Parts: sequence; structure tokens; C-alpha cells
Amino acid sequence: MTGNSLDQHMQRYAQRTNGMRASAIRALFAVANRPEVVSLAGGMPYLKSLPLESLASEAAALVSEEGLVALQYGSGQGIPQLREQICQVMALEGISAHPDDVMVTVGSQMALDLTTRIFCDPGDVILAEAPSYVGALGTFRAYQADVVHVAMDDDGLIPEALVAAIDACAVAGRRVKLLYTIPNFHNPAGVTLSDERRPIIAEICREAGIAILEDNPYGLLGFDDRLRRALRSDDPDNVIYLGSFSKTFAPGLRVGWVLAPHAVREKLVLANEAATLNPPVFNQMLISRYLAKFDWLSQVKAYRHTYAERRDAMLGALQMHMPEGTTWTNPDGGFYVWVTLPEGFDAAAMLPRAVTARVAYVPGTAFYADGLGSRQLRLSYCFPTSERIVEGIRRLATVLDSELDVMRTFGTTMSRPAVGPASPSPDTA
Amino acid sequence: MSRHVVVLAGGLSHERDVSLRSGSRLYESLRNLGMEVTLRDVDSDLIPWLVETKPDAAIIALHGGRGENGAIQGILEMVGIPYLGTPTKNCRLAWEKNIAKNLVERSGFTTPPWMSLSHNTFRDLGAGALIDALVGYLGLPLMVKPQHGGSALGASVVRAAGELPAALVGAFAYGDIIVVEVFVDGVELAITVIEEADGARALPPVEISPSSGIFDYESRYTAGLTTYFTPARLSDEVAAAAADLAIGAHRVLGLRDVSRTDAIAAPDGTVHFLEVNVSPGLTETSMLPMSVEAAGRDLGELYANLVERAIGRAGR
Repeated sequence: MTGNSLDQHMQRYAQRTNGMRASAIRALFAVANRPEVVSLAGGMPYLKSLPLESLASEAAALVSEEGLVALQYGSGQGIPQLREQICQVMALEGISAHPDDVMVTVGSQMALDLTTRIFCDPGDVILAEAPSYVGALGTFRAYQADVVHVAMDDDGLIPEALVAAIDACAVAGRRVKLLYTIPNFHNPAGVTLSDERRPIIAEICREAGIAILEDNPYGLLGFDDRLRRALRSDDPDNVIYLGSFSKTFAPGLRVGWVLAPHAVREKLVLANEAATLNPPVFNQMLISRYLAKFDWLSQVKAYRHTYAERRDAMLGALQMHMPEGTTWTNPDGGFYVWVTLPEGFDAAAMLPRAVTARVAYVPGTAFYADGLGSRQLRLSYCFPTSERIVEGIRRLATVLDSELDVMRTFGTTMSRPAVGPASPSPDTA
Repeated sequence: MSRHVVVLAGGLSHERDVSLRSGSRLYESLRNLGMEVTLRDVDSDLIPWLVETKPDAAIIALHGGRGENGAIQGILEMVGIPYLGTPTKNCRLAWEKNIAKNLVERSGFTTPPWMSLSHNTFRDLGAGALIDALVGYLGLPLMVKPQHGGSALGASVVRAAGELPAALVGAFAYGDIIVVEVFVDGVELAITVIEEADGARALPPVEISPSSGIFDYESRYTAGLTTYFTPARLSDEVAAAAADLAIGAHRVLGLRDVSRTDAIAAPDGTVHFLEVNVSPGLTETSMLPMSVEAAGRDLGELYANLVERAIGRAGR
């Protein structure tokens, strides 16, 4: 008698699907979206301050005035007008670029995918901060690239650690293709690469023959209103720069971009056409109108103000409620605080208890390719109100109390059973 | 007359994700029969909605928590909505795994020896001594699981005493009481019981063969990681024993309409009761739909018939 495995294609899947399995931890995030739960997990921008009625009129005008273009296929590279405007946006961070070297993508996540696709063969190494963006790790895994993490401190990526990682890879005969870095208001770590280290990191990579993949979705969201100089500004030939409208405007439109040296850009356009034919024309044209007709910089400023207030609420609540031995980062912008719990805690194993207490976070192991991060967790302050953030941290403190109680009973040095992949779904990444 | 049925799914338990999938499948199955169906989450608007809408019947596709411990059933009773499934008071008997094991064992069936313990007991009496006593009493290997809930969440097999503390901590993350039972190595079975006009009867049992050897969450909900045999590859005697056990558990616990008993058939032919579910999973990888199909029945039609029985019980 033949059994039924419920998947007749099981023997046909590519090796890269090996990690694509159901996960109890991931399933718990289904509860996070319920209003009863204070979700400090999701990286969703706070959109309520957008001028929705004006945007609705603009979208209607776009259809009536330019519908035959907006609803048609478009260029694989993206519409020229938006690429020019993107250059103006990037100029705010010291980047001088030509629209020809910009390619619009379906969110910067697609740019990340395409860049990995054209650079990495299975087994190639990508260096990335420890921890790193969960969505990037998923992309690198999909292309069977190996991630080697490089340590950070409060000033971002540590140059000496980068050199050590490059040397170790060389000794091991590993081929390093890219350094993936989020220099500003890091996801998940919340730290920013210092001005002093930026040229040092660029030089190390240039000398080692490693291209830099600079991911900068949060660059305009610094709370001190100071714009950091992009790595790309000083090294246009060796830096591939990723930008996004998801954090400064609206993630639902899924529009991002990549700025790359000309030869790389040519390959990226071919890859983009193979993947999506072209980025959505309607969405590009709507964003183009938004940039041209709305005071979008004031909108970004309003976002900064909101997020700064919420960051303060979170840091204050952490100070008040977290147990001794807990540490956290102090972000100057962006969305996230990175918390390190005292020895013995396991943030992934603790998540069911948190869900019972109606609070959600992302366990730290999601942000490492090598299984580290069990004592860490990412808290996001971008979406909930300050009052909800304070309540969420209070609930988290009760969870830690209960967990500590159990740890005291059974000892804190036990090795925990594996709980499976801790990655959230893309909407919470 | 067309019935208006509400399928309750989602909720706030750890099994919300599975429940949403169960509810969605049931919703489609009933809609395909032309029924008027509302798929609804459980939230603070539920009771006013039930009172105002007065659906003809409710189906509880909630897993874990209030969907299985009798709370939602009690609410439906209070607001006068007929529902498919076990009455509120009896849900609690099935929900508490140690009580279910106790009652089933008292009825003459076999269940692996077990202990049900709270975290407070370990804390107050000393975990080290209690763990030693547990291993001395039950032996190894052991299965550790939360007292409440399903989908193998928080459950793990312990093959060495040193693994027990971590397994206990993992189970306590889901609740303050756990069950530690002797792990029986055998054929894992899921036996669905349905109760229609001709009484309770067992559908063809499903044999579960996970490629990892452990039927954990990943093996349950990733298609392709587990092979299912329906009906299970059992001798007639063992198959009959499995059916007797499931019907016996259904009766002794006072379950109604539908239940699914999880059991192990040991190499010596003994079928051991593990636990019973009053709201079995209905997802694409769940065992109840496999049994229904193997019995030559349609899932939607079966539940539609059970809905009519529920409405009939209420005298409507």
C-alpha cells in the first residue's frame, strides 16, 4: 500500500527549498496582528499621517489623465522621470548619480534579490553584520550563498572584525563576493555606522576586491535631522546602493531602487526584465507625482517626529521594567531597538509565553544565519502608539519574570530543544 | 430552507494559524453546498454579533484555548446558538489531558503511564529530585507535553534524563502544567469518530509516518514531510482495537458529533490512548479530512449533516 505524503512534487524541488518548512514559531506571529496583542514585532511604517484624501485625488487624476501609460507595460529599468527624482532624493545623502544608473525595482527587496542573483553562485560568501536583516538572509539563503557575520558595536560594523572575517575566508579558500550592510539605523540592531568608519570600511572592501551592497531604507529617518553620508558617495565604483520608498512614503506601493555602476546596472536590468518584465508603472507614476506635487520632505519630518517620540517611550519603558542584566541599543533613527537578555534566556523558546501575555517581538535568532542570537530580540516602535508601546514593554517584563521563575527552577545552563526557524513572515520583517 | 452557519476560526491561542486554515477549508466546503456561511474570528464583538445575527448554528474550528476548553461552547449555550460538537462541560474533560487519560484508562483502555505536574510543584519540591523520581518511576524514553493544547506545540521526546529539564522548560512555555508520559514506540494513529443518526462510529484510521520519526509541528504542517496511510496498515484485530478505543474515549468523555483520538499501536498490538480532540484540524495536512475521504464521504456534506443534527437537538 502506498502512503500519501500530500505533496507529489516532493522529489522534484530544488535544493534551495530545503529550509522552506512550517515553523511553530513562525505560526505564532499569526496572533501578533490581532488588536488584543501589542505587537512590537512588525516593521510597518505608521501611515496614518499620510494625506490620504489628497493621494486618492492624485491617484484618480493619474488614471484619468495618464491612464493609458500608467496601466500599460513599461520600461524594465523604470520610468525616466522617477529615476531623475530618485537621484534628487539620493543627493540629500551626498550621492551624485545619473538616472541611467538607477533601476527601479519592486521594493528594494527585489533589488536585493537581483543583486544576489547576478553576483552569487552557490557556496559564495556574503559578509553581513551580526545581526542582519532577516529578509536579506532569506534571499541569500535562496541563492545558496553562505553568510559570514561580522561583529558590530555601537558605532556599527567594526573594521577590525571585517578584516578578520575577510582573512579567515581567504585562509579557508572561501570566495567572498559582497559585504551587505545597513549603515543607518540598522535593522535589527538600531545602531549607525560612524562617520569615521565609513571610509575605512569602503577602503577595506575595495582592497579586498569585495563589492559593498549598501542597503539604506532608513537613511532619511534620523531623529537629529542630520543626514549621514552614504558609502556610495565616496566610492561609486564599488558600492551598489539600495533605496526604498517603503519607509519614507508607503510600503504597499512596493517601489524601491538600485543604483549601481553602469556595467552592473546593465546586468541588473536584464535580470529585472527576466523576473518581472518591469516594475509597476502605475505605482511609479503615483510616487513621481507625490514627489513632484506634495511636500514630501515635511511628511518625512513628521514621520521622524512620530518615531522619535515612540523611541523615547520604548527606551523609557525598558529602563523602568527590564530586569537587571538586560541591555539594549539606543537608536538615533529608524524603527528598531535591539535587546540582549541576561544569560540563560532564550527569546524564541519564550515566544509562546509572550503570545499568552499578548505581546509579540521577533526573536534574535531570525537575524542570524548561524543560529546565534538566542538571548536577543528585536522590538519595533514604528507602528504602535507610545501608550501601547509602554503597555507592551510592561507585558514583556511579566513574561521575563515568569521565564526567570522557570529558569531558576530548572537551572539556566540547560541546552534548549531546537524550536525551528524563528523568521517572521515578510510583513513583519 | 437555507441555513445560516457561522464558522468560528482564529482566536488568540497558539494555534490561531492552524485554526484559520481549518476554518477557511470548512467555509469553502459548506459554501460549495450552497449554504450561507459566515467565517468569523473570535473577538470582543462576537457575543453582540451572535445575539443580533442569530445564526442557525455554529461550527467551532478553533484549536486550543477557548475553542477546546469549553469556553466558546458555553457562550453559544448562553446565547442560544446551536453548535456542532461537544457540550461545554465535557470539553473540559478532553481538554485536560491527564483527566482524559484517567477516565479512558478507568474504562478499561490502555494509556501510557504518566504524571501531570505543575511548575509550582517542581519549584517548591526541587526540580532535581523530582526529575530523578520521574525517571525512576516512568523510565525512559519519555514524552513531555503541555497539559493543554495540540499541534505538538511544546511537545518533545526525551531519551536521556539530561534532556528532561530543557523539555520541561519548553513545555512550560505553553502553560503551567505539563504531562510526562512513557513514550511508546509504535505506529502513530489518528482515529476520527463521527456521531450520526446510527450512533458513534470510527472512520478509517490514519497511520502517520513522519520522515523525521517525530510528528512535530513541522512534520504536521509541511506537506511532504510525513507519509499518511489511510486506512492504517494494521491487522484486523488491531484496527478493531483502535476503533474501539476511539469510540470508547468518545463515549466515556461525553463527546458529541465529532472527535479525533490520537493513539499509538505498540508492536505487541496494544493500542494506547494519547489524547483526544473535540475540534480536530481540518487543514490540507490534517487527518480528519483524510479519514472522511477514505470513508467515501464529502467533508462539507458530513459537516452539513452534523449541523442539521445540532439544529435538531435544539428543537428548531
